[in-house]
Amino acid sequence: MKILVALKQVPDTETKIKVAADGRSLDPIDVKWITNPYDENAMEEALRIKEAQGAEVVAVSVGGERTREMLRNALALGADSAVLIRALETGDPLSVARHLAAYAQGKGFDLLLLGHMGFGGDNGAVGPMLAELLGLAQATVVTRLELGEGCFRAEREAEGGTEVIEGSLPAVITTQRGLNEPRYPTLKGIIGAKKKPLEELEGTATEAAISISAIALPPARPEGRKLEGNAAAQAAALLQLLREEAKVI
Amino acid sequence: MQFELSEENKMIQKLARQVAETYIAPSVQERDEEERFDRALFDKVASYGFQGIHYQDQYGGSGGDYLSYIIATEEIARVDVSLCIAIGGGGLGGFPIHSYGTEEQKQKYLRPLVEGTALGGFALTEPGAGSDASAQQTTAVLEGDQWVINGSKCFISNYADIYLVIAVTDRSKGLKGLSCFIVEKDTPGFTMGKKEHKMGLRSAVTTEIILQDVRVPKANLLGKEGEAFKYCMQTLDVGRIGCAAQALGIAQAALEHSIKYAKERCQFGKPIAANQGVSFMLADMATKVEAARLLTYQAAWLKQNGRPYGKQAAMAKKFTTDIAMEVTTDAVQIFGGYGYSREYPVEKLMRDAKVHQIFEGTNQIQRIVIAGNLLK
Repeated sequence: MKILVALKQVPDTETKIKVAADGRSLDPIDVKWITNPYDENAMEEALRIKEAQGAEVVAVSVGGERTREMLRNALALGADSAVLIRALETGDPLSVARHLAAYAQGKGFDLLLLGHMGFGGDNGAVGPMLAELLGLAQATVVTRLELGEGCFRAEREAEGGTEVIEGSLPAVITTQRGLNEPRYPTLKGIIGAKKKPLEELEGTATEAAISISAIALPPARPEGRKLEGNAAAQAAALLQLLREEAKVI
Repeated sequence: MQFELSEENKMIQKLARQVAETYIAPSVQERDEEERFDRALFDKVASYGFQGIHYQDQYGGSGGDYLSYIIATEEIARVDVSLCIAIGGGGLGGFPIHSYGTEEQKQKYLRPLVEGTALGGFALTEPGAGSDASAQQTTAVLEGDQWVINGSKCFISNYADIYLVIAVTDRSKGLKGLSCFIVEKDTPGFTMGKKEHKMGLRSAVTTEIILQDVRVPKANLLGKEGEAFKYCMQTLDVGRIGCAAQALGIAQAALEHSIKYAKERCQFGKPIAANQGVSFMLADMATKVEAARLLTYQAAWLKQNGRPYGKQAAMAKKFTTDIAMEVTTDAVQIFGGYGYSREYPVEKLMRDAKVHQIFEGTNQIQRIVIAGNLLK
């Protein structure tokens, strides 16, 4: 069993986002980068499969220098090797999918695991695009995965129930929270990661299918208002505001 | 000069912080209140391998550097120094076995300490032998192929599984008549005495130990007969860096809580941090913490590079534990009345900080060590 896990770095949810001067990208100052939380589920699933039945796990990311840190962490967690495909992070899912497909093509991966979307970007596009480009079966937003002989059974949450998808391997599976509980690396894992290969490949400059024209922060929340007077007066004022201003009653 | 942590140091720092915040933090207050040591929690934290970072693979360690161990200690102490004592117990018991033990002793006793399947204890202090280790009353007499140990020890950390016990084997030789023995807790005649009710470190166990005709095989003598005092001094030298790291973690926590609180707490219509009096306190606290960190990391760096580190370890221990006391006291002041309440985290930090000026050699003893190095 050979598994590819695709990982992406995303800004930590606690980061205070600032828009860069160009109005189309994030100001990288003060941004703390973390592994996309959904990708952590993909990584964890790969490690569990490896522990249960044996597998070679390759962690792959498309990005720049800082991506190395995330790949080192993947090696510390238990990936056997890591590959950094150097390319600009343009926010274009098709470009990422093409890079991943070009790498995975002909390497004999039985399973390609990705988070179902990148936190923040929320496109949810790379997984399905990758499956299409490679002509593989896919199941997305998966919360339970079982592997059989050359086949898989995946569950995904559907409105009011569970959808079960069966298909043959190789396949692309995109993972949702709840699939598993991602682990932390151990000390031995961290120290052993130094000895594992982290390969670097030059990405091919492909024409972007989409480009981001502008990003903007949500408008600042207006300041709260304090009602004055005794309880009766405040209640009356509140009632009036709910009726006339908020128009909720 | 290089002031950058290695990639590995940083990964270990991050892991230690994650583990501390995920597993240790939720029950800190409760365990402190109940004076309860949670062995299952220790097992969980130990499963990551923090206690054995700097030991080689052949003894179950991770083969990392000593600075990584110190950084992990700091991170765990930042959340709960009581648990850190148990993690560090492997170091205090492990160091002498690693340094002076036979290969057989290392496989039998060091490995479980390093792997975290056993807890280590270091039994030196006695009611009448605190700073003056030479006043030992515990004795060990060789009878056939067994050592028979009698005496009592006090203020011994952890409900440990493996203890190093210091005892007099030849009283006529004074400090050179002390020897060190490896004693397993289940050995007949070995009992735990009263549990200390302490000001701080309340969820770390500290007990009296009573040894009554405790028989251990001849093979449990560690190193050479009569050399235990030297081993103790070297063990305490190393332990001082760990002690400094613990105090550093406490001080760092106090600083972080203080900054957060000073920005949130409003009096006279503005956050108290807007008062220069408060902001200057924060500035002083942060400066002390930073200086202490540099001293502590420097001592760790000297040790891991095989340089003499006794003086720097004593300096790091004295300075860091003193500033931890100052910074935690200031943190309580910044929190005001709430700082004095057990519902807020800073009074615990102040209680936990205090003992660091006392154990692992009092800060008065540290000054003797430092002065001794200067004047030799």
